[in-house]
Amino acid sequence: MTYLDHAATTPMLPEARAAMAAQQAEVGNPSSLHASGRRARKVVEESREHIARALGARPGQVVFTAGGTEADNLAVKGLYWARRGADPRRRRVVVSSVEHHAVLDSARWLAEGQGADLELLPVDRLGRVAPSTLRDLLSECGDEVALVSVMWANNEIGTVQPIAELADIAHAHGVVLHTDAVQALGSLPVDFAGSGVDAMSVSAHKIGGPVGVGALLLGRGIEPTPVHHGGGQERDVRSGTLDVAGIAGFAAACEVSVTTRAQRAAHLAQLRERFVAGVGQLSAGLPQRISVNGDPQPGPTHRLPGIVHLSFPGCEGDTLLMLLDAAGVECSTGSACSAGVPEPSHVLLATGADRRTALSSLRFSFGHTSTASDVDTTLAALGAVLDRARRAGALSLGATARGPAPVGE
Amino acid sequence: MRVLAALSGGVDSAVAAARAREAGHEVTAVHLALSADPDTERAGARGCCSRSDARDARRVADVLAIPFYVWDLAERFQAEVVADFLAGYAAGRTPNPCLRCNERIKFTAVLDRALALGFDAVCTGHYARLVEVGGRRELHRGVDPGKDQSYVLAVCTSEQLAAAMFPLGGSRKPDVRIEAAERGLGVADKPDSHDICFIPDGDTAGWLRDRLGTRPGPILDETGALVGQHQGTHTFTVGQRRGLGLSRPAADGRPRYVLQVRPESNTVRVAPLPDLAVSVVHTGAPVWLCEPAPTRAFAAEVQLRAHADPLAARVSLGEVGLRIELDHPSTAVAPGQAAVLYQGSRVLASATVTGSER
Repeated sequence: MTYLDHAATTPMLPEARAAMAAQQAEVGNPSSLHASGRRARKVVEESREHIARALGARPGQVVFTAGGTEADNLAVKGLYWARRGADPRRRRVVVSSVEHHAVLDSARWLAEGQGADLELLPVDRLGRVAPSTLRDLLSECGDEVALVSVMWANNEIGTVQPIAELADIAHAHGVVLHTDAVQALGSLPVDFAGSGVDAMSVSAHKIGGPVGVGALLLGRGIEPTPVHHGGGQERDVRSGTLDVAGIAGFAAACEVSVTTRAQRAAHLAQLRERFVAGVGQLSAGLPQRISVNGDPQPGPTHRLPGIVHLSFPGCEGDTLLMLLDAAGVECSTGSACSAGVPEPSHVLLATGADRRTALSSLRFSFGHTSTASDVDTTLAALGAVLDRARRAGALSLGATARGPAPVGE
Repeated sequence: MRVLAALSGGVDSAVAAARAREAGHEVTAVHLALSADPDTERAGARGCCSRSDARDARRVADVLAIPFYVWDLAERFQAEVVADFLAGYAAGRTPNPCLRCNERIKFTAVLDRALALGFDAVCTGHYARLVEVGGRRELHRGVDPGKDQSYVLAVCTSEQLAAAMFPLGGSRKPDVRIEAAERGLGVADKPDSHDICFIPDGDTAGWLRDRLGTRPGPILDETGALVGQHQGTHTFTVGQRRGLGLSRPAADGRPRYVLQVRPESNTVRVAPLPDLAVSVVHTGAPVWLCEPAPTRAFAAEVQLRAHADPLAARVSLGEVGLRIELDHPSTAVAPGQAAVLYQGSRVLASATVTGSER
């Protein structure tokens, strides 16, 4: 099996599994006042400190959640309610058009039933928000904006946003900025304080921790209105019994993935380079070349090191995925509706790609267990199935359309 | 063989896929997303394309440990089945959308794609048998007379049937349900589907009115007398008795039925049942499932509707279509329906009814 879907989830690190297993053998609610409760609380607070240190934050700024989606919901909805509550004019919610659905759909939900006005920030061909776009928008109506949310790095095409610059612009207009750093953490240097953002979502299972744990980091004085009400845990911002084992696993994964980040990023970049070169060779024999989406330039301000997003003219992404799956290679088409119907990626559409190109795309994402032989196996499998995928594609697609820049250009 | 099993989310396709797998084939499952609006949940009956059906199909594939994918054929289904259904009613015909779906979706769009992807066959849960005789494939009725679906498959060509697999043809429905339960398939007791999958509430006339609008016109009886008003000829089917809303009862008190649907004059003709009797049925070009195709008149049984009894007939060949003389007159022969010719359990041919004579 060749697993190239690490952006969906990545195998747990042994350190995280050990930390979790140790806690799963124990009893204790961190909110309890007795000895077992104190023991559990100690684990949670030490984990909080480790995570804060790894992310350039103070422990008191870390609010644990049940994952990245919850963190995004709490940030977008909670900050909207809090900011609008303090100043009723602030009803605009500004998010980039390439956000994860956790942010995008939260913002849409606010617009549909909570009186918000949604402003989608356009992106360029590479999927990047131009700082001037935000500056122009905020110059016009900055005092009506409740929050800006722009992801650190995109989960589909890997493009990195100029987060620090966007945060500066937001602050110059008295606006708070949230960033979804779920994909960035562990792949890029992520420094909460250094970035200047006011709120940041992270998730454990994307970095080798367990599924179902994440955190929202909140800057000084940033207090979102809670989404969950109950026992008042996490400074009343997020009620609910804390998942001690999950949090311990998260902290262990965070420490390992942040301390080994540079070497891993270099390794992933090598794998990516090898893969893209091989795709270029495959592409040379085709009537229409396979294109690589996102920012072609490497580096932590440009793109994630381990994601390759490709469009295959004349093919359908879901067909290719099925053929690769049968050949033991696992990748992703990006998104499907809840009935399982493949849908064109909103990210690719936002970069200006047409629907057909968007539906012809696949994401391959490398991670800490990936090897050069994974790359070679995948290239061989791709070479073996492309012809069949193109024949099947011709039956339902007809003529193919323009895509982003082909490989090698 | 590499087999692509279409999983609707119902019990039949689930057991069919299970049997294909047990027979040693390498089975991959696909659920066909046919609805433009997959959020529609159907009350009571089962649809082919709701979100919960996709979930059920996925769970079946999990239990069978076979790969599962969803193929989005909504646009194709809309263009080739739904639009054909609408056009048929608009022209005064009575189309059968299940038959059209088999012909153009399951055994064209899906089959072609499957073959291009390297599959050898498409497996479905239809109750029909494919019998190999001397290197040729014959289509036969399923052994469960209540479930037999050979009628809606008869429109498929020999080439299409050559790559089809119907593992349930030799089974009876109650046994299929028992087998599903024994195999641990949660859909074992899921209700059967009866009506048209893209008309969720079963109100075909209302669905047609919503799309084709209303165009009031007269309902005339066999004497030409005005006996009522209709809101559009497209909601009527030859042989229909209910929902006519006639303002005048017949002089003799006998119930009346739709005799003719005439969109060109926007007229619906009604008559007592004996007036609906026809002895000769005319069809369009036939699809022959026997080889060589007959060159002379022959005796056969003809089925003129899904679930109707077969009728003894003599079939002669016209320039394009068939002329089918019924040994005993039959009522309610609607243009647009398929006339399927049988010899015993074997399907010989199918053709679309274009007209009839008394």
